Amino acid sequence: MSTAPGVNDFALKLANVNGTGSASANGLLMQSIFRMGVPVSGKNLFPSNIQGLPTWYEIRVNGAGHTARSLEYHLMVAMNAQTYAQDVASVASGGYVLYDSSWPLDDDLIREDVNYLGVPLAAMCREHFTKNRERILMKNVAYAGALVALLDIDLDIVSTLLAETFAKNEALRESNQRALRLGYDVARENFPCPLPFRVEARGENQDSILVDGNTAIALGCLYAGATVVGWYPITPATAVMDNFIALCKRYRRVEVAPGEWENNYCVIQAEDEIAAIGMVLGASWAGARAFTSTAGPGISLMNELLGLAYYTEIPAVVVDVQRVGPSTGMPTRTQQGDLLACAYASHGDTRHIIVIPADPHEAFEFAVAAFDLAERFQTPVFVLSDLDIGMNDWIVPSLTWDDSFVPNRGRVLHDEDLANMREFFRYAHEDDDHVTARTLPGSDEKGAYFIRGSGHDRFGRYTEESGAYLQVVDRLRAKHASAAHHVPAPLEVRRPGSRVGLVTMGSCDRAVREAIELLAEQGVDCDYLRVRAFPFADSIRDFVDSHESCFVIEQNRDAQLKSLLTVELSLTPASMTSILDYGGFPLSASTVVEAVLAHQEVH
Amino acid sequence: MPSIAKPRIPLAPLAHNDLGLTIRDYEGAMSTLCAGCGHDSVTAAISLAFFELSIRPRDIAKLSGIGCSSKTPTYFINGAHGFNSAHGRMAAIATGAIAAQRGLHYIGVSGDGDSLSIGLGHLSHAIRRNVDMTYIIENNGVYGLTKGQVSPSADVGSRPKKGDPNVVPPIDPMELGLALGATFLARGFSGDKDQLVPLIKAAVAHRGFALLDVISPCVSFNDHEGSTKSYRFFREHEVHEIETDFVPQRAEIRSKISSDSARAVTMHDGSVMYFRALPEGYNPTDRVSVEAYLAERKAMGEVPTGLLFLREGAPDLHDMSGTVSRPLADLDLADLCPGNDALQRLQESFR
Repeated sequence: MSTAPGVNDFALKLANVNGTGSASANGLLMQSIFRMGVPVSGKNLFPSNIQGLPTWYEIRVNGAGHTARSLEYHLMVAMNAQTYAQDVASVASGGYVLYDSSWPLDDDLIREDVNYLGVPLAAMCREHFTKNRERILMKNVAYAGALVALLDIDLDIVSTLLAETFAKNEALRESNQRALRLGYDVARENFPCPLPFRVEARGENQDSILVDGNTAIALGCLYAGATVVGWYPITPATAVMDNFIALCKRYRRVEVAPGEWENNYCVIQAEDEIAAIGMVLGASWAGARAFTSTAGPGISLMNELLGLAYYTEIPAVVVDVQRVGPSTGMPTRTQQGDLLACAYASHGDTRHIIVIPADPHEAFEFAVAAFDLAERFQTPVFVLSDLDIGMNDWIVPSLTWDDSFVPNRGRVLHDEDLANMREFFRYAHEDDDHVTARTLPGSDEKGAYFIRGSGHDRFGRYTEESGAYLQVVDRLRAKHASAAHHVPAPLEVRRPGSRVGLVTMGSCDRAVREAIELLAEQGVDCDYLRVRAFPFADSIRDFVDSHESCFVIEQNRDAQLKSLLTVELSLTPASMTSILDYGGFPLSASTVVEAVLAHQEVH
Repeated sequence: MPSIAKPRIPLAPLAHNDLGLTIRDYEGAMSTLCAGCGHDSVTAAISLAFFELSIRPRDIAKLSGIGCSSKTPTYFINGAHGFNSAHGRMAAIATGAIAAQRGLHYIGVSGDGDSLSIGLGHLSHAIRRNVDMTYIIENNGVYGLTKGQVSPSADVGSRPKKGDPNVVPPIDPMELGLALGATFLARGFSGDKDQLVPLIKAAVAHRGFALLDVISPCVSFNDHEGSTKSYRFFREHEVHEIETDFVPQRAEIRSKISSDSARAVTMHDGSVMYFRALPEGYNPTDRVSVEAYLAERKAMGEVPTGLLFLREGAPDLHDMSGTVSRPLADLDLADLCPGNDALQRLQESFR
């Protein structure tokens, strides 16, 4: 499926050593291309380590808007001698390798079918900078400068971005600008700039932003009115809380007296994830909007209390930024392996609401929706993100907020409601969605009740009687089913005459949509359905039933989405074929295309 | 309410507190614990303490974990909201509730297994955060609901009803509290209501985490010869030499408190704790002196009771977090949401 690169259509990969400052130089390039109005994506493929291990960054420029990960690299920036061999080997035939020519390349790294661009980065930086740390850091900005020349990136835009980044540090600003220019000039003097593939300014990103999902989720929680947080640090979810705290410091401080500020929020770094979810339950019970953010290992730890919340009907919002499991797994790699763990978290019969965003824009919207769902249905709600969404910068439509938004706080009885009631029972008098009214601590004595995770009847009293127990748990099942009408609906895109259906979820979205275009070019028309929540809508069953062959594309080994669809929608397993990509990196369209075509050939 | 049914019509007129409520308003469901259980006495003491403090039931929230002790919040103050949570997790859940709704009096009831074994981490961190609540450990050295396993507070050599004597050193919640910087540490005995009720009142009045270790014998599994948490053993080894009186903010100081010989500590709400008849050299506000005293008594095989340590004025969870004085749960979205204009301005930095 090799295609020739061209204007606004190529991918490059940058191989670095982690902890050497390359991330900011790579991000600078990506953001500059974004500012040129050209669709672009950056994927940071980094190790679970602080300094010294190999790390990669991939930039894909695609005028047609396909920004899923590309597996074809037209330019390799080989800055890590440890990985030279594999990096040189991964360049597409006819492509380029930019390397540090301060030292010669070994003969066995020379390929006849690629072009080498030697830039003496270390030597240049040794000559122009005096401090050791600066000599290392500036190599990155220098290769960025060379790439600006080679790819025809707008030097003014890059220069402006650098100036913005280092607005408060003149010395750094000056050395960065000098390094950028060094690399730029060397490339212009020695190579035919620009290369055959390059960036050409467009006007496409005016209504877009460049944002990562962790920031977007933090924003969603801020706007939804979350006030209490319990959390425990974990990759790749930590930045949700870093961002939430930063946003709260900016927007949630109140000046109560001149110069005296107080916080409209309380963020508690807990002793573990069990405590984190415990704090969320306590705060939600007391009537605040509360959430925690974590990754798979945290979900495992939270299981017991998630069951408590489910059974006692306490709202909770849990953000799960998925990483590779099982166990510690690969903390800095992406996967969609927590779907089943979230759907049925905890012992006994439990089932939870899950919203599954595809990108940071949806992550913002679904985070807001999660709080409404949690309070409306008085139950835990998972926001199932992943490392690709959470930690990479995505171009997405700008976020907007409807200032007339009124949150759905669910069925809560206050003193005035209780005054008109003869008696209050916590789990009696369900509404059409099988939700019963709750009261909050501090309400009138008539509304006081005793929450218990032990067997209880619909009056909230302790019970060990089958009938009374069944009444409550059967209502919980019905309540969960009812939520299917309130969660984000599946997103469908149909092409006339398609007989193949592609079903997916979350961050697979862009790769699958690109695959659909590529497959159409090969004569295979496909319809698209993206699952955006659990419980599932019935329309998903209709979609599967209405296609001759249906593929479920997901990023885990055990086909968790397909399994859940099979069980929950009573579909036959044979009605769907799995395409599974779970090695830890974001999905690319070619993986999907190859799997679909291979299957078509066999059948 | 203890396991003996109260007559519907009281034999004598019931006393009223400042709110016009009687002790009946501070009682709960009928206890299902074993007859003679120390926990029922603690339940009664809690009811009486809140009654005498004249706190509205609706202004109280009661929490617990899992175990015999954790069943008890349903036996007191029916009009207070209650949360019987999961084993060992009450301190974490209470922390979240208090973060959200600071306007209530929180009382947590736990046991030695719930607090010192499975929940030790959460207890420790609630102490560190100085979460504003009363935390009672009903300490009987045994797992009652699972029928008699030794708990982490069982003394070395203490003999369970079945099996071998305990050989693993115990955790003393008072020593633990001192090590972690607790601001209120008291030990009581379920069999001594006169001492226990003022201790509970003081714990409620304290701003911050008040840890109350109440020795509360288990009549079914740990009240036999060879146990160090039996009624008899404790009566023989208790040292009740730290005499305290609690005087609430509004109460007159009655003459029975001899203020001349007492050390007075004013609590944040204006209540006063009087320490009388202190052992020589003992300063209840000095951690080093308390540690030394406890160690000395421990070496003699004695268990001191009373208000052992008190530090008023230390920052609590809300002080440390800088939260607004209005409960966070009471804030509206209008107070919390920055709005679309702010969102648009913020996104300038995402370009």
